[in-house]
Amino acid sequence: MTDQKEMEAASHHVVSPKIYVAILFALLIGTALTVGASYVNLGVFNPIIAIAIACGKAMLVVLFFMHVKYSSKLTKLTVFAGIFTFLTLIGMTLADYISRAWGQW
Amino acid sequence: MSDSTAIAHGAQAAPDHGHAEHPPYLRHHFENAEQQNDAAGFAMWLFLLTEVMFFGGLFTAYLIYRNWYYPAFVAGSHQLSIPLGGLNTLLLITSSFTMAMGVWCAETRKKSGLVLCLVLTFILGLGFLGIKTIEYSEKIEKHHVPGFHYSLQSFLDPDSDEAAKAAGDKPLALDMARHTEVYFSLYFAMTGMHALHMIIGIAILGYMVFRAQAGAYTSGHVTFVENFGLYWHFVDIIWIFLFPLLYLISRHS
Repeated sequence: MTDQKEMEAASHHVVSPKIYVAILFALLIGTALTVGASYVNLGVFNPIIAIAIACGKAMLVVLFFMHVKYSSKLTKLTVFAGIFTFLTLIGMTLADYISRAWGQW
Repeated sequence: MSDSTAIAHGAQAAPDHGHAEHPPYLRHHFENAEQQNDAAGFAMWLFLLTEVMFFGGLFTAYLIYRNWYYPAFVAGSHQLSIPLGGLNTLLLITSSFTMAMGVWCAETRKKSGLVLCLVLTFILGLGFLGIKTIEYSEKIEKHHVPGFHYSLQSFLDPDSDEAAKAAGDKPLALDMARHTEVYFSLYFAMTGMHALHMIIGIAILGYMVFRAQAGAYTSGHVTFVENFGLYWHFVDIIWIFLFPLLYLISRHS
């Protein structure tokens, strides 16, 4: 029983509340930035900046709130493979869409 | 098969077949609690990846239709309230934080802290749904819900609509105005599926509050809280993408 507990303590990484507070503030700042950016006319860059900020926020959530940064290699590989497959599927769909009626996007 | 089971049971002389040697929550087909926890976490991630594919399909549909019926999507998105959407983003991000703190409380065996965190997450989740209800009821009042009663008035005559007037919308041609229904179909499909995930999450949170009060998650077995946390953060991530795509990116178009 004691061995069990020690093993758990050794392998199970506990993320400290300080990191959670820092991530919360980073996410709140990100939200303020994305709302602020939408009030400035940046033309085609409006959606690009909005999606870039959203990706950054999502990455913070995945790495810290969801503990992927402190997880096993199996978890890291699973998450990476999932995102990679997802982007591949979107990429293939868009490639099909763009190439069907060339010029008429 | 039955023979080997009988032998295995016979080999363990202790009447409780050795339960005293391992934590009660450890299933026998796992080597140890760590392996069991890793397997559950892996399975949770696989489930979340199927969810990514599911929402990803909706996001791709949104991307292509927005490109196709661009003026309709711009006019449609001008009907959404950025203050309400922004407030909801704050609520959801804060609820993700309280959930993460809940996982920490479970890991460090702080029972009252865990209960508090779960209750706060529950309340913030309900607050999100409350604001979503206000937004939905406004859409119902203005007949912006796709279907037989869908009204094109805000898009054919923007001056008659407060939100459209404030955004400086020009009247759309009838054909393009009809396609605002595509925008609202995707709006309700995406936010509706997101809200359904929230409702399921809030129901599980309610169950967890009672289990946490009984001390279920603060005696070393944190797998359930941890994996529910993954689900809750995933729902947060979906909203992190929905908010800019539906509310923000068309503000200046």
